[in-house]
Amino acid sequence: MTRLGSLFGAAALMLGAAITPLMAKTPPGVLVVAKNIDDIVSLDPGQAYEFTGGEVVSQIYERLVEYNPAKIDELKPGLASGWKISDDGKSIVFTLRDGAKFASGNPVRPEDVVFSFRRVIVLNKPPSFILKQFGWTPENVEQMVRKTGANEVTITVAGNFAPSFVLNALGARVGSVVDAETAMKNAKDGDLGNAWLSRNSAGSNSYRLQTWRPNETVVLVANPNAQHKAKTPQVVFAHVSEAATQRLMIEAGDADIVRNLGPDQIAAVTGKPGIVVETYPQAAVHFISLNVKHEKLNKPALWEAMRYMIDYDGMANTLFKGQMKVHQTFWPVGFPGAVEDRPFKLDIEKAKGILEKAGIKDLSIAIDMISSSPFTEIGQSIQATFGQAGVKVTLVPGATTQVITRYRARQQEGAILYWGPDFMDPHSNAKAFAYNTDNSDASYQSTTTWRNSWMPPAAVSAKTMAALVERDPAKRLDMYRELQREILHNSPWAMTFQAQAQVALRDNVKGFVHGATNDLIVYRDVEKK
Amino acid sequence: MSSLARVLPVLLSTAFGLVSTLAGLLLVTFVIGRVMPIDPVVAVVGDKASAQTYAAAREQLGLDQPLYVQFGRYIAGVARGDLGTSTVSNRPVAEDIARVFPATIELATLGILIGVAFGVPLGVYAAHRLNQWPDHLIRFLALFGFSTPVFWLGLLGLLVFYSWLGWIGGPGRIGIAYRFTVPPRTGFMLVDTLLAGRPDAFRNALSHIVLPATLIGYYAMAYIARMTRGFMIEELSKEYVTTARIKGASEARVMWLHAFPNILVPLITVIALSYGLLLEGTVLIETVFSWPGLGLYITNGLFTADMPAVLGGTLVVGLIFVILNKASEISYAFLDPRTTR
Repeated sequence: MTRLGSLFGAAALMLGAAITPLMAKTPPGVLVVAKNIDDIVSLDPGQAYEFTGGEVVSQIYERLVEYNPAKIDELKPGLASGWKISDDGKSIVFTLRDGAKFASGNPVRPEDVVFSFRRVIVLNKPPSFILKQFGWTPENVEQMVRKTGANEVTITVAGNFAPSFVLNALGARVGSVVDAETAMKNAKDGDLGNAWLSRNSAGSNSYRLQTWRPNETVVLVANPNAQHKAKTPQVVFAHVSEAATQRLMIEAGDADIVRNLGPDQIAAVTGKPGIVVETYPQAAVHFISLNVKHEKLNKPALWEAMRYMIDYDGMANTLFKGQMKVHQTFWPVGFPGAVEDRPFKLDIEKAKGILEKAGIKDLSIAIDMISSSPFTEIGQSIQATFGQAGVKVTLVPGATTQVITRYRARQQEGAILYWGPDFMDPHSNAKAFAYNTDNSDASYQSTTTWRNSWMPPAAVSAKTMAALVERDPAKRLDMYRELQREILHNSPWAMTFQAQAQVALRDNVKGFVHGATNDLIVYRDVEKK
Repeated sequence: MSSLARVLPVLLSTAFGLVSTLAGLLLVTFVIGRVMPIDPVVAVVGDKASAQTYAAAREQLGLDQPLYVQFGRYIAGVARGDLGTSTVSNRPVAEDIARVFPATIELATLGILIGVAFGVPLGVYAAHRLNQWPDHLIRFLALFGFSTPVFWLGLLGLLVFYSWLGWIGGPGRIGIAYRFTVPPRTGFMLVDTLLAGRPDAFRNALSHIVLPATLIGYYAMAYIARMTRGFMIEELSKEYVTTARIKGASEARVMWLHAFPNILVPLITVIALSYGLLLEGTVLIETVFSWPGLGLYITNGLFTADMPAVLGGTLVVGLIFVILNKASEISYAFLDPRTTR
């Protein structure tokens, strides 16, 4: 037994060495952000289309024009110091900012802008559709985006688009400007540097990418050549997928910011010494949709009744406790043109009356939902309230890709989902919720209308396209307001909530800006006091 | 018959067994992956990609080809040592596995050492004190370890030892302050910190691994203790044990020198199986402790229908089991010469 005793002794010593009290504090000069980063597919701005990827890319690359994260209706100069729109609205001449440099030390040139936009179109990755809307193709993009002066780039669009729409789309992440020389130096097999840029960076913004280890960490370090210098030299994104673990980390001081706390964790850390909780409205809107391909669901009375079978306030106040705000139109509050009408609330008797009048009875609906929060909570709530109104709901849970796979193929009956705009222009959501002119199975669209097999009235689709080309900004916003009100009352879905991000920070963290989308999260002004 | 003539059929049979096992495993995994209601292209291009982008990605991934062509291409790649490229991250799967597997090996090895160090003596002692309170207590501990969700234990452990007491490091393999100061030579954090001559970093890495390793060690201990107890009870009921006791051998001698060596063959199998299960990756522990290991890698691959990642991971897990199985068989010859007759 002596040997066994020695073994236990050695084990105890080893444990003892490990379990002496540890100082839990993040290193000075390093901002530690704990969040789930498993959604990153690529950090190439021409490809990144996921939440975390967008957030990281936005710290690294500048665009010609950029949004003010704190004031979303303000589009301000980015890499372009100014721009001039032609009389016909089809061309915009951008003047590049003097002295702008990439992290490599290379100057930012018009050629870089041309290269960046061209590669988006040629690579044809998911976000490319944002620039393709301008009528750009691999064949014509070199004529549509041209160097027209020593420090000037002219872009031309093939259509009568509202200039504000074009500028808004260029302000999206996909409009990032890449250091062409660095990218091409690392290009392989004609990929325009895509593989290399997926894991490295060549931008001019406040940070450059030092490391990305999937499902482990992303490290950004300050770019010394940036115009807007980072106040914190290093930002570390630590992959922590479990919210309860994130909570323990912020309490222990091992993270400066934690990003994925649920309502219960937020409640638990609120008021704790050393921690502050901040809430930021988000652009994502949630909804419950019915696929009208199924005859039993193609009934406007059912759509109307559905809107009274949802416990909006109950869910917002009890389940989500600040992480969702009741919102019933397709364009989020805080964005120009948003409509804040919310005429619907839980009213089972009214819903029953509508269903009875329309002769709808013994209805059962299978509703697809992503098997994670907040979808499961919404699913359980509507299962109960729909049931009170006599509509049986069967929930069909699945992984995100599983739910989206069925949704893309229009196989679902109902779905609980959300929609985030691809760029900060109302057309992004209007096209999704108020436009469909070809409902055939062969004509795939990524819009909510097509995926629910719904053709809005022709006048609604026409108005969506008219708003896209309307050059009077005030009139244009009015048109979107009208569209929101149309869809609010007449569509096979019920908009339910606008998301709100709740972030817990250590109280010495100052200057963190969390805009309405992940592209609008800014770390460069963060300081640890 | 020459010795080569005797050995060759054995070698060929072993090689055939290995290859057919792994090929069968890959085929089953591939078929399961393809019948799952997840479109791998959606995982790559996202929710809003246009039909053209979707079609281009589908073609690029080779998913427009018939299933047998896709599988054939994959197998041909594996035969060349190429595990393919992750459809989601666009990184070579072999590179990904080389990154995540050391984390799992390190955790699993420490876990199995803890499991064996505690499980075997406790199992032997429980058999020795059969149906007395120590036996009941050990059985309860074993049952508790086996039936309690390791996820819950992990969170509870973090709450108490990390958050309240501050005795251990938090999630991840090493503290943020050390994360990029130790060059990754072997991929094993404890080894790399020592090779770098960084006792402070070693201590920090140890403080991070101690809780997850103890928890999976407890899980392994529960199984090993139960099995050891069962083997020992059977062994202690044999006549040679009674004879040894009659001859006046001490109880410790009877237990450890007479009975225990005779349970080693099945016990080694149990330990190898436990180690194999731990090496497969404990997804929930890896999730709670943000431990970038193989289990999490395979699970993420499944959720995104990233078949090269899943198949690569499965191949590694299959290899582990085959190797551990063979290692167990070889050890039998040393532990019990009768098995070679």
